[in-house]
Amino acid sequence: MRHILSLLMENEAGALSRVSGLFSARAYNIESLTVAPTEDPTVSRMTVVTSGSDQIIEQIGKQLNKLVDVIKVVDLNEYRHIERELMLIKLTAQKEYRDEAKRMVEIFRGRIIDVTENTYTIEMTGTGEKLDAFIEALDDSMILEVVRSGVSGISRGDKAIQS
Amino acid sequence: MAKKKEILRGAEIFCRALKDEGIKHLFGYPGGAVLHIYDELYKQDAVEHILVRHEQGATHAADGYARATGKPGVVLVTSGPGATNAVTGIATAFMDSIPLVVFTGQVSTHMIGNDAFQEVDAIGITRPCVKHNFLVKDVKDLAATIKKAFYIASSGRPGPVVVDIPKDVTADSCEYDYPKDIDLRSYRPVVKGHPGQIKKAAKLILSAEKPMIYSGGGVILSEASKELTEFSRLLGYPITNTLMGLGAFPATDKQFVGMLGMHGTYEANMGMHHCDVLIAIGARFDDRVTGDLEKFCPYAKIIQIDVDPSSIAKNVPVDVPIVGDVKHVLTDLISILKTEKDKPDAKALKEWWKQMHEWKALDCLKFDRATDVIKPQYVVEKLWELTKGDAYVTSDVGQHQMWAAQFYPFDKPRRWINSGGLGTMGFGLPAAMGVKLAFPDETVACISGEASLVMCIQELSTCLQYSTPIKILSLNNRYMGMVRQWQEFFYSSRYSSSYMEALPDFVKMAESYGHVGMRIEKTSDVEDAIKEALALKDRTVLMDFVTDQTENVYPMIAAGKGHHEMHLSTDTDRELA
Repeated sequence: MRHILSLLMENEAGALSRVSGLFSARAYNIESLTVAPTEDPTVSRMTVVTSGSDQIIEQIGKQLNKLVDVIKVVDLNEYRHIERELMLIKLTAQKEYRDEAKRMVEIFRGRIIDVTENTYTIEMTGTGEKLDAFIEALDDSMILEVVRSGVSGISRGDKAIQS
Repeated sequence: MAKKKEILRGAEIFCRALKDEGIKHLFGYPGGAVLHIYDELYKQDAVEHILVRHEQGATHAADGYARATGKPGVVLVTSGPGATNAVTGIATAFMDSIPLVVFTGQVSTHMIGNDAFQEVDAIGITRPCVKHNFLVKDVKDLAATIKKAFYIASSGRPGPVVVDIPKDVTADSCEYDYPKDIDLRSYRPVVKGHPGQIKKAAKLILSAEKPMIYSGGGVILSEASKELTEFSRLLGYPITNTLMGLGAFPATDKQFVGMLGMHGTYEANMGMHHCDVLIAIGARFDDRVTGDLEKFCPYAKIIQIDVDPSSIAKNVPVDVPIVGDVKHVLTDLISILKTEKDKPDAKALKEWWKQMHEWKALDCLKFDRATDVIKPQYVVEKLWELTKGDAYVTSDVGQHQMWAAQFYPFDKPRRWINSGGLGTMGFGLPAAMGVKLAFPDETVACISGEASLVMCIQELSTCLQYSTPIKILSLNNRYMGMVRQWQEFFYSSRYSSSYMEALPDFVKMAESYGHVGMRIEKTSDVEDAIKEALALKDRTVLMDFVTDQTENVYPMIAAGKGHHEMHLSTDTDRELA
């Protein structure tokens, strides 16, 4: 089953490689991994999307917790949570396709953030599923480039994950 | 008014920090990146530097030192090849949770990443085989990083920590301030077990009709032998130890049923298979212990006590997990058991012991004593007799290691020193050297084989230089014995590259290093040779025992089989259920 793990960790050099190294050394799946500092510059927040049986997910959580740099590990699946991913996508948008492309972007609540004579560059956020759906809705030949950030997650309501 | 702090160079800070940490011995080998440090070592005498002959030897010696004393072993090597040569020893310590602090030199900070001479990404290379590692980029961080390294290495589940120090950091200066305590928000090992879980465990323990206590290296690391012994005697249950746990409970005690696992005793493994409550204490359900997980302890409810949450239920589902330091949890369990009205079921226990004794009567460790060809088991047994079971014994890896574990019953913890997890050949000799440095007045023996021994043979020079008179018993069967045994069993006796051709003359070799060499070829000479070697108190002796080439280690559970599927000997080759 797919799980979203949220980690708070010391913002130290090499911290990311400890996490990614752990996943490869122990043959755990990794779907996406994002990391950036938090409001406290000494702390980084990482979101890892992984999958596995309950037993494997439990081990992943324990192994991550064992890393000396890791302050906290939370499995967001255990909470009501929100996940979002950012996608930047560049489309061919020549005369006859321009209107259709614009309509699609509106339907999916994206924004056109760069325009040339031949292309649109679009910014879109949402769940991974929504971004997938947008890509599927487009004609393959229109897509020039796709950049996705990987999933970031946060719990709903008053609960907050703090160091 | 606060005392004015001294301004010291990084290399001086290094030496002072070791002194303030109470370190007496540093195992190392110099090189370009650590020359500032070596210059400072030269000027002080608080820390004795032991010059090894290969960095692998330094890590194993420090490891042996740590296993025997319980204190962290300390290593200093240079950058590049110094660091890579140390990796095997670091991984060895990591797999057995041994506290080591390994300092690696590094090229200067401005050169890092430029493929400089003797540059290697020591942090990257060691990351998967350390508990933690640090690159010190600023001399101001050096003292605190050293403190953190010792704290992390020796607390919680211990393990090796690498500190990579660029050369310019050892030349730069700053105020010296060695912290007394360290608090890391991201690292707070659990000590006390959950009281509710402990109560639940006590209840389950007392309800058992066929209990087994299965204890491992964690008991030794936690200094909990006394508690384990009290706990076991209070209950009167059979107890088995893993390879790493030998000595945690007195092996000559009547409750001890021997080691378990691949080469464990019949009674220990059958006990595991048939038990109804398994009490796992500081043991990690390693594959060499469990055999086929599908067939592991099929009738048992399992209690597991471990300081590392990730060890719990990693391989085998557990009914009552207890995260905590073994010593604390056992102390809590003992106090509950003492006040509890319920007592172990005496009648059921009597039946269980009757069954145990029946299994034991099979005498699974018997071997032929009436031959002139030296049986390796006989050599180990004689060593045990002649050292009154009280020597420090290190080993390498293979058949001789298993025979040492089977035929030298250890009554005390930290006496049995071997590479269990990683299985590193070449460990025994340098480890023995480290033990002897820690305990110069004790008998230190290294049980080895001719194949393992030569892997770190260069350390015989170190033994001479620092007067560490150890006794090496090489069980020389002219084969990589365990490889040969597997080839005999599983590859139709095709002995592919397991035959040790062109062996050196070990007697001359020992002599050329300045030690005493002996070659023993007949069973009747074994006892006198060991006696003679032990009597040479101030000499390192290499005893080259020419042993039976075809001897195999029994009992044996083939990989992927269950505890009840043991082979007892070549003759019978029977599987017993």
